[in-house]
This record gives sequence, structure tokens and C-alpha cells, in this order.
Amino acid sequence: MNQMIWVVLLPFLGSVVCLLVHRKLVFALAMAASLGTLAVAAGLVAHVWEHAGARVELGGWAAPLGIALQLDGLAALFLLLTAVVGVLVGIYAGSFFAQTSELRPMGIHFWPLWLLLWGGLNGVYLCSDAFNAYVLLEISTLAAVGLTVLSGSTASLVAGLRYLLAAMFGSLMYLLGVALLYAGTGQLDFVLLSRSLTPQVHVVTAFGLMVFGLLLKSALLPFHFWLPPAHASAPAPVSAILSALVVKASFFLLLKIWFVVFDSLSGEGPGKMPGQLLGFLGSLAVVWGSFQAVRQWRLKSLIAYSTVGQLGYLFFIFPVLSFSHSPPHEALAWGGTVFHLFSHGLAKASLFLAAGCLLRAMGTDDLHAMRDIAGRMPVITFSLGVAGVSLMGLPPSAGFVAKWMLLRAVLASGQWWWAPVIVLGGLLTAAYVFKILAYTFVPSQGDAVRLQPVSLAMTFVPLALAMLCVLIGFRADEVILLLPAVPGCEMSAGGGGGP
Amino acid sequence: MTFWLPLIVLFSSLVTGLIIFVLPEERSRLRTALNMAGASLKVAGVFLMAWGLLAHDVVYEVRFTMGLGFDFLLKVDLLSLAFVSLSSNLWFLTTLYAVGYLEGSPNRSRFFGFFSLCVTASTGVALAGNLITFFIFYEFLTLVTYPLVVHRGTPKALDAGRTYLWHAVTAGAVLFLAVVWLQVLSGPFDFIPGGALQSMEHLSRSDLTVIFALLIIGLGVKSALVPLHGWLPTAMIAPAPVSALLHAVAVVKAGAFGVMRVIFDVYGKDYASQLGVLDPLALVVVGTILFGSLRALMQEELKRRLAYSTVSQVSYIVLGAVALGPLATVGGLVHLVHQGIMKITLFFCAGILSEFLGIHRIDQMDGVGRRMPVTMALFSLAALGMIGVPPVAGFVSKWHLAQGGIQGGQEWVVAVLVVSSLLNAAYFLPILHACWFKAPAMDFGERNRQERGFITWREAPWTLMLPTLATALFSLAAGVFAGWEWSPLGVAEKIAAGRGGFP
Repeated sequence: MNQMIWVVLLPFLGSVVCLLVHRKLVFALAMAASLGTLAVAAGLVAHVWEHAGARVELGGWAAPLGIALQLDGLAALFLLLTAVVGVLVGIYAGSFFAQTSELRPMGIHFWPLWLLLWGGLNGVYLCSDAFNAYVLLEISTLAAVGLTVLSGSTASLVAGLRYLLAAMFGSLMYLLGVALLYAGTGQLDFVLLSRSLTPQVHVVTAFGLMVFGLLLKSALLPFHFWLPPAHASAPAPVSAILSALVVKASFFLLLKIWFVVFDSLSGEGPGKMPGQLLGFLGSLAVVWGSFQAVRQWRLKSLIAYSTVGQLGYLFFIFPVLSFSHSPPHEALAWGGTVFHLFSHGLAKASLFLAAGCLLRAMGTDDLHAMRDIAGRMPVITFSLGVAGVSLMGLPPSAGFVAKWMLLRAVLASGQWWWAPVIVLGGLLTAAYVFKILAYTFVPSQGDAVRLQPVSLAMTFVPLALAMLCVLIGFRADEVILLLPAVPGCEMSAGGGGGP
Repeated sequence: MTFWLPLIVLFSSLVTGLIIFVLPEERSRLRTALNMAGASLKVAGVFLMAWGLLAHDVVYEVRFTMGLGFDFLLKVDLLSLAFVSLSSNLWFLTTLYAVGYLEGSPNRSRFFGFFSLCVTASTGVALAGNLITFFIFYEFLTLVTYPLVVHRGTPKALDAGRTYLWHAVTAGAVLFLAVVWLQVLSGPFDFIPGGALQSMEHLSRSDLTVIFALLIIGLGVKSALVPLHGWLPTAMIAPAPVSALLHAVAVVKAGAFGVMRVIFDVYGKDYASQLGVLDPLALVVVGTILFGSLRALMQEELKRRLAYSTVSQVSYIVLGAVALGPLATVGGLVHLVHQGIMKITLFFCAGILSEFLGIHRIDQMDGVGRRMPVTMALFSLAALGMIGVPPVAGFVSKWHLAQGGIQGGQEWVVAVLVVSSLLNAAYFLPILHACWFKAPAMDFGERNRQERGFITWREAPWTLMLPTLATALFSLAAGVFAGWEWSPLGVAEKIAAGRGGFP
């Protein structure tokens, strides 16, 4: 299982190499690193599929002293999502940054930053102690901020600074929580921590701080303020990465903190209230974010607000699982959440990349300007439509599977009050998706904007992402089978963990 | 073949549609050939299935596990056969009509692509063997019809599209909630003639009542039950083939078909009437029938009048499902087919009138029978059928519905039918009178006609006339040969026999 470390090292190495080599070689080397990472990630998924999870102690040093990597079903799925989106966005970016002379210098900075970010994300998925998680999350945040300000425009600088401050504040809160825990227990490893925690004041405070910090970084309403400007002002491939992947990394850590480290705390008694609170904030996010998206007139702002709304769905897992320990609907809740992650990741990447194509072709992303796009750029329109269908949660798509499982989990847990939110969110999503699509059908008038040509790679990558999003909807079985290694603290036993 | 045939029937239009999307706009011959090949394949497949099922009792079933606690199930029974043969045959004719109708207009690849997908969805709706598969195709239908409604891209069309979408998507969300809730309560189940829920005694009656209401709201939007019908008259802004599709081939029919599935095969008619959910629905249905007819009477635009007529007529189908007498069930089932072929004839004619003579309003129709005698003869035939004049198909439906009403001790059914037929007569006969007996008041856009090069022809080209003629003859034949074993009526009796009520 030693290849596990490569999924983190390869992107880091790629990043360094991209900084050093001549700029003509950057794209080839970066793609090589990307494909390598994808291959390793696929290998890891296959490993989990065949043997369940695994745990590696780096350098042979066991947990309290050394650094351990923990691979389980959830981590494997996150690795896979990141790698698939990463490679496709990479192909798109290669073509995107070669378009004009203004974009070309950006491309040179894009690759090292993106690979650094990728390595950080993969590290977050695999690392098994709270402090390393902080370090890796911080690496990815810094790289993400760097990517946000890539274009150097005033808007992106303002948005990037806001993003930086919010994310740093979140990280510090998290770090404070980690410090409290370490002072109290002398442990950092997730599994060891979960065994030694008792409901004391400093532990509850640490829990609150860590969760707050991660919520801020996951842009759950009302902490979403930094997200729309940052995601809307970045170049298209960056927006896709930020929306599809980066916000999910802190959500992943939140899942681990909540269901592994503080499982004994969040599972019973006082855990109900925080669970309900997160569910409530999630509902607010679904309704408010989607409503804001409906009100936007710029395509990229619309998609960015849509991210705020869609992220809300992820937080229903906390109330649904907080009522009882390993309830029968546990698998449904996990399945629904993971499917939503996949569906949103793929669909959102597809939307942002398609928006990038439109921006390139029309010179603006104003919805009013999209006259007769359905006739003139059918592939892009089709991608927008298919990705939109998945976001709405209509069949056949991964989004439908996600909504189906979430709604069932919610109803089966007896917490029917979340069901109307899920349904209403779907309606609002339909409203903004069709707001986009309706404009593509308006016939162009005499003074139609002349469209700039868009390269083949840029046209077909969004389509590939959207189609993947549909196809994965047919493979629910496999994803659910991968998951049982995740929920609760079974993973603490798995992989022959701690000493 | 029992596995592949339903898939062939389903994919014949899906694959055609997907290929047509990528065809360049100017390849119209290839596109037409593909379209007709797909439609023929579908019709042939449906006939094979019908033959297998009726003559040899072959069970056609396609089942995949989705890993979500339910199976994706396509299963052919008599009810699905009735709907799928209606939609496949009418699709064939409507495609032919659309080829002629849209000749030379822009974005035809997109149009025919979505047209094919639309029929794929309605085929899926027909073949679905459980509620979830049904829901999947039902939602797919909403999505692929939208581009057709907004096809022209004018502000009016976009408005109509928005209205349609809001109705359909909201209904879809309600339906989704109901389907998931039912699944959580009862576990997975397939459609069973006579009702799947009947045998599950552990379910609470109040839950089932609420779920029934949600299901009917979800399905009632597409089947245009008042007050959920608002989208249908608005959507008549779409080109005539799309109206035909909405009113006869796919959308409205999918809604009415869904209501039948829910009442017959999910709840079971007996169980539903025990629950007491049929009476409120009957009230809605009666309201819809009368309201639709009254509103039709007030319309000045031909297509709007036809649209309100659909609102009223589709509810006959639901009436058959809610009225207790077994003959009413037969009447409702047979009206599923009869209403389709008669209404599509009317819309084909209306399309011809608007396309070639520029006639949109009823007061422009004076004397048009002299200009296009064949078209107007077919229109008259279908309109008489709608009123219920024997021997056209509509009479057969109304006769059975009324008999069923008497049989079940529900005499109000007869009263509703009589009033509704009077109203039908009141809004159709003035049109017939105007077009045959009044003197022509306008030149019927002769200028327009010369531009199009139809100077020697008094009628529309054959691609438009042939489908119209075929559907009109169908409506006549369905009435005249109603006694034949394999007529729509004969099949409807067989379907009803499996679904309770029949002794």
C-alpha cells in the first residue's frame, strides 16, 4: 500500500518541476503528473474495492510519534472525484490559457499552483491526524487564493483578499480547537483522539471551534459571503476547481471531525442540537443561495450562487444521523451525501467550464447576450442543459440519485421537516437553470454578436463532465458498496490502525 | 426477444433523436429518412409486442437493479400496450406532418431531436413497470418537451415555456415527494392490476390518503385537471406538431395514463374507493369537464378553443377511472385512444389552416370549407366525434361512460356527459356552420399561397394531408368497427377485465 503516498507526492513534485522547467514543457509535464495522480487514485479505489481500507505509517513510525495515512471508502471516492475533475479541467486549461497572449502568462502560474492545491487536497483526504490536516488544508487554501487572483484584475484581487482573510480566520479557529484538544489529551491522531475524548468543557469548546472554522471554509450560509465573488471572478478552470473541489475538502474534514473524532459527542444527547442547527443552516443555504442565483444576470455569478445553494444539501447528513447510533437509514444518508458531492462536483465543473467557453465566444457572460446560443453553440448548450438537469435532481443523473437517497433518508429518519426544503431547492434550481437555457433559445436579431471560435478541447470537456454526471447515476450500486467502510468509527478498527 | 423488444421500442426513438441532434441543418432528406425509419421500427416493434402478448401471452420484461432500493423495470401489459401503440402510431404520423409543416424553417435538427426524445419519454412512461420508473420517464418528458414549446424563441413562446415549466416542474417535485414517501412506507413494489397496496395492511390509511392526493396533484398538472390546467391553453403558441404532441401523443396523455396507473395498479379501484379518495377526485373531474367546455365556448382563437376542449375531454379518461361501474372503466380506457386520434386530427387541421391560410381565429373561418374541402371535412368528422355523434369514436367512449355511471348507481355521470356534450356541440357546431355554410369573407391568404408555389393545389401538400386523413379515418373506424375484438374498445374491455370491477 505504499503507493498511497504518491497520490500526495506526485502533484507536489509536479508543482515544483513546473516551476523550474521551461514554459514550453510546463503543460506536458503537468499533464503527466495529473495522469499519474489519476492512475494512482484509481489504483487506490480499486484497493478499497477489493480489500476495504488501509493505513500506512510513514517511515514506519507509529501514530503518536509518526504520521499516518488512512485510506477508506470515503477518502477513495474523494480522491477519485478530485482526480477525474482535475484531469479534465487540466485538459481544458491547457487550451484555455493558450488562447490569447494575455492568458498565456497566467497559464505558467496556473500549473504549479493547481498541482500544489491538488496535492494538498489529496493530503487532506488521506491524513489521519488533526494537525497535519490543518497544514494540508492551509496549503490548499493558499494555493486556491493564488489561483483566484491569477488574472490580477481589481475584482479578483478584492475577492481573493476577502477569500484569504475568511479562510485564514477559519483555519485559525480550527487550529485553536486542535491546540485545545492536544493540550487536553496529548493526542492528534483522529482515531486515538476519538478514544480518549470525554465530554468536558475544553473538548466541547474545541469541537465548537473546529466545526466553526470548517463551516467558514465550507461556505455554509451565513459564512458564504466570500464565495460568490471569488468563484465568479476567477478564470473559468479555476472557478471549476474552486467550486467542485476546494470547498468540499473542508467539508470532508468536517465529516471526519464530526463522525470520527467527536462521534461520542455528536451522536447522542447534546449532539442533537448542533446536528439540527447545521441542518437548519443547510436549509437556509439551499433556499437563499438558490434564490440569489435566480436573481443573477451574469452567468458566472449565477453559477457561483448556485454553489452556495447546492452546498446546503450536504449538511442534511448531520441532523439525519444525529438522532441515533447506526440507524437503518445510515447508508442512505451517506450514499446521498456522497452522490451529491459527485453530482455537484461534476456538474458544477461542467457549468463553469461551459461558462468559460461562452465568455470566450461572446466576450461577456451577460445572460441577455446569449441569443441563439442553442443554435450556434449546440454542444455547450447541451452541456449546460445536462449539467443543469443533474443539479435540479431530475432523472436520469447522479443528482437524481442523490436527491432520491437524501429524501428517503430524511423521511426514514422521521425528520420530515427537511423534505420540503429538498423539494423547494430543486424547484429554485430549475428556475435558475431554465433562466440560462431560456436565453439560449431566443433567436438572434440582425446585429448578432459575432462569436469567437472556441477550441475543441474547451467545447468537449464540459460535455464529458456532464455526461459523466449522468452516467454515474446508473452506478449507484458500486458507490454504496464502497461506502460501508466509512460511516461512524468503524474505520478506527479498520486497517490495523493505532498502536 | 422478450428482453430486447421493449428496449428496441424504447431506443428506436432515443437513438434516432441523438443522431438527429448532430446532423447538420441542411441534411433534411437524411433527417427525414432517419426519423421515418425510427418511427417505423418503433411501430413494428409495438405490433410485434402486441402480437406476442395478445396471441401468445409472452411476458415482456426488462429489469435492472439500480442499487437504490428499487428496480428499473419495463414491463408490457395491456394498459401499457394501449398507450404505447397510440403514441408510436401517432408519432409516426406527427413526424410526417412535422416534416411538411416545418419545411424550410430554422433549427429543425434540434426540433426533431427533441421530438424523438419526447416520444422516447412517453414510450418509457407507457412501459414503466413500477412507480419509480414511471417517474423517471415522466420527468424526462417534462425536460424534453420544454425546448419544443419554446421552439420559436419569441417572447410569447418563452412565456408559454416558462408557464409550462413552472407547472410541470412543481408537479414533478410534488410527485417525487409522494413517490419517495410511498417507497419509504411500503418498500419497493411493481404495478399490479387490481392494486399493489391492497395487500399491504400495515400502511396507515391517513398516510395513503395524503400520498394519493400528492400523486394526483403531481399527475394532474400534465393531465390538465382544473385548477392545474393553466399551462395547456398557453402552450398552444407552439407549432402545430408540438400541439399535437402535447395534446394527443405524449404529455397530456402521460398525465391521464399516470392517474389510471395510480388508481388501477397502485391503489386498486376497490381499495381507493374504500379509502374514500375517489369521490373528491370525481368532484374535481366533473368540475374540469364542465369548466373546460365552458371556457372553450368563450375562446375566439381556434387553437385555444381546441386546448380548452382537451382540458375537458382528457378528464373523461379520469372520469372513467373514478366512476365505479366497470363499463365506465372501459369508457375511460377507450377514450385514452379515441381522444388522442380525434384531437390530433383537429390540431392537424388547425395547423394547416394557420400555415397555409393564416387562419388563427374562428371568425376568420367563414366559408373555408370551400377553399379546403378535404381538410375541413376531416375537421368536421373529428369535431362530430368529439361531440359524440355516432358512429365516430367519441360516441363509443361516451356511451360506455354513461352506461358505467348507471351501472355503478352514479347517475350524475350521465348528467355530466349530457351537459358536456351539449357544450361540445355549442362550441364545435358554430365552427362547422361557419366553414361550410357562410360565404367566404377573406381571400385566405392567396398571396401567401402563391409564394409557396401551391397554385394549382387547393389543399395542403401530401405530407400534411396524409397524416390528417389517417387519423380522421382511424377515429371513424374506431367507432364503426368498435365491436371487433382488437378495436380500441375490444382491447379496453380486456384491460378493464384485469383491473377489478368486472365480475
